[in-house]
Amino acid sequence: MIALLRELTAAYGPSGREEEIRNVIRDKISPWVDEIYTDTLGNLIAVKKGPENGKRIMLAAHMDEIGLVASYVDEKGFIRISNIGGINPYVAVGQRVTFHNGITGCVCYEENITDFKDLKLDRMYIDIGTSDRGITLDCIKPGDMAVFSGEAIEQNGRFISKALDDRIGCLILIKLAEMIKDCPNEVIFVFTVQEEVGLRGAGPAAFSVKPDIAVAVDVTNTGDTPECKPLAIELGKGPAVMIKDYRTISHPKVKNALIECAEKNKIPYQLEVMSVGGNDAGSIHTTGGGIPSGAVSIPCRYLHRPCEMVEKSDVTNAIKLLKTFVMNPEYRS
Amino acid sequence: MVRKLAELTKIDGISGNEQGVREFIIQNLADKSLKFYNDSIGNLIVKGKSVGTSSLKVMVAAHMDEVGFMVNYITDDGKLKFSPVGGIDSRILIGQHVRVGRNKIPGVIGYKSIHLQDKSERKSAVKIKNLYIDIAAKDKENALEMVNTGDYVAFASEPVFFGENRIKAKALDDRAGCAVLMELLEEVWPFEFYACFTVQEEVGLRGALVAANRLKPDIGIVLEGTTCADVPKVKEHEVSTVMGKGPSLSFADRTSLADRELLEHFFRTAEKEKIPYQWKTTVSGGNDAGRIQTSGTGVKTLVVSVPCRYIHSPVSVLDLNDLENMLKLVSRGLHTLPGALGR
Repeated sequence: MIALLRELTAAYGPSGREEEIRNVIRDKISPWVDEIYTDTLGNLIAVKKGPENGKRIMLAAHMDEIGLVASYVDEKGFIRISNIGGINPYVAVGQRVTFHNGITGCVCYEENITDFKDLKLDRMYIDIGTSDRGITLDCIKPGDMAVFSGEAIEQNGRFISKALDDRIGCLILIKLAEMIKDCPNEVIFVFTVQEEVGLRGAGPAAFSVKPDIAVAVDVTNTGDTPECKPLAIELGKGPAVMIKDYRTISHPKVKNALIECAEKNKIPYQLEVMSVGGNDAGSIHTTGGGIPSGAVSIPCRYLHRPCEMVEKSDVTNAIKLLKTFVMNPEYRS
Repeated sequence: MVRKLAELTKIDGISGNEQGVREFIIQNLADKSLKFYNDSIGNLIVKGKSVGTSSLKVMVAAHMDEVGFMVNYITDDGKLKFSPVGGIDSRILIGQHVRVGRNKIPGVIGYKSIHLQDKSERKSAVKIKNLYIDIAAKDKENALEMVNTGDYVAFASEPVFFGENRIKAKALDDRAGCAVLMELLEEVWPFEFYACFTVQEEVGLRGALVAANRLKPDIGIVLEGTTCADVPKVKEHEVSTVMGKGPSLSFADRTSLADRELLEHFFRTAEKEKIPYQWKTTVSGGNDAGRIQTSGTGVKTLVVSVPCRYIHSPVSVLDLNDLENMLKLVSRGLHTLPGALGR
């Protein structure tokens, strides 16, 4: 699993620039699906056909990751930046970042900041080691984007990496495509774009796929670290079935079917009740005439940092849960 | 184009009340044989001339509406309380001339004079809820003979040409885009071309969504008037755009990301044809592209803007050379688009 995860997290793919990660995923999933295509906005849609009388189930994981966008290059070659998705300036400080063409940059801040409360991205910049606007512009143009650097590792039963949000979801979908056989339902694996900037890719994808049911597979915050805000999600206690977040209230049938699948198959699970955040289900469930939607979330510490952390057992249990779910999405014990 | 722009800024068209702008555009269509219709929400959609073999369907959008106010209460002594329609800086309001309602009743936005303000009042900006519009009514009854709650209020500001090739006017955002779009309708396109003059952009990009859902285009180009803070004490990376340096290309704002292929094509076009252009240096604000991009099964979008200083005020300023170059860039970029995209 770590080998695949390493490839998925290493692939470059900030919102709107998902080509590289899309190519990696296409390579990995192609052998296991009947049809695969990319839509207008860049969503990758892979279909595993089912019998005519089956349901059409869309599973969505987003390919894009957060990043920094070059907005202006000054005379000395420093790159001014803005955020693509939720990047906290405190987290970005001192990080190494990588551009699409492999150029590495150091994220630093204006030295006259004495109070860290004043730290904002518009007082920060990326230094790629040049001293001249022209040389910088030969490498990086305004609009080019950088992502956190760093390789995925496995340690003490956990994965640590950048972009686990949501490459771990992508991994789960790829594994499912490989494992699902003789499914009575059609499963449409959708790897979405531009989730981090406002769930923009999933809605149009759902609009063309028109599934009967949709489940987003993403990550969620945890409440199991020192002095953190109370939150009933812990690493290692199983995947979380979303009840609600800021953008979605899960459809009761989808949510209940997921819970029943877990109970019946003795798969550990938790319940996700969030007042902030959102995932692709948020734009899928209101698409067209409405699509019953829910989400399965992998508990993840240190979200949107280069050291996001998930537990391997939560991932394998999520795969088990989703596998039984797509076989019978209307579970009634 | 310049004359049309000046005329367009004279018209009052606060979000939801764009009919004056719509009528002007229809009356001034270069070619009277062009087919057009108003959709259910009020967008004006004009089908451009095309002779092409390209399979592309292109929607070019500019919004007709402008920011302004609406009367929401009339006091017993005949003063009008009001709320903003769209984003307006309340610090610029005291002393403004306005026009109220269909009959364009003249009014001024008032507050007690500086003599009567205590120290703390002088130091802080007055909130809109404490301001009122004075239409010289004797009392409520007298006011109601002239205006009513729900009446729109527009800045009373006439266009003025000044300096070298600059114009100062209200509503340059986005009558500038409308003026360019009207010019584009004089050309013959190699693909299906729809000019969409949209409504209600300033209150949440509402018209564009309806237009895009109906048209289902492959490409959406949005023409905007955008922020320009090339003024004292703003750092060079925070200016957004610089006046006189040409139209700006946006790689991202708060509502959409430019399609990379489109962005590269337009920037290469500018370089190749030696049309001045600039990158917008800030990722702020939003516009119709946000709704067009995610409509239907998704649409590739790009935003091209003309820099406007003091945007959303009665005295926004625009460089007419930037406007000419915007027309040139959009026109050249669109004509060569089928080749660039291989369609």
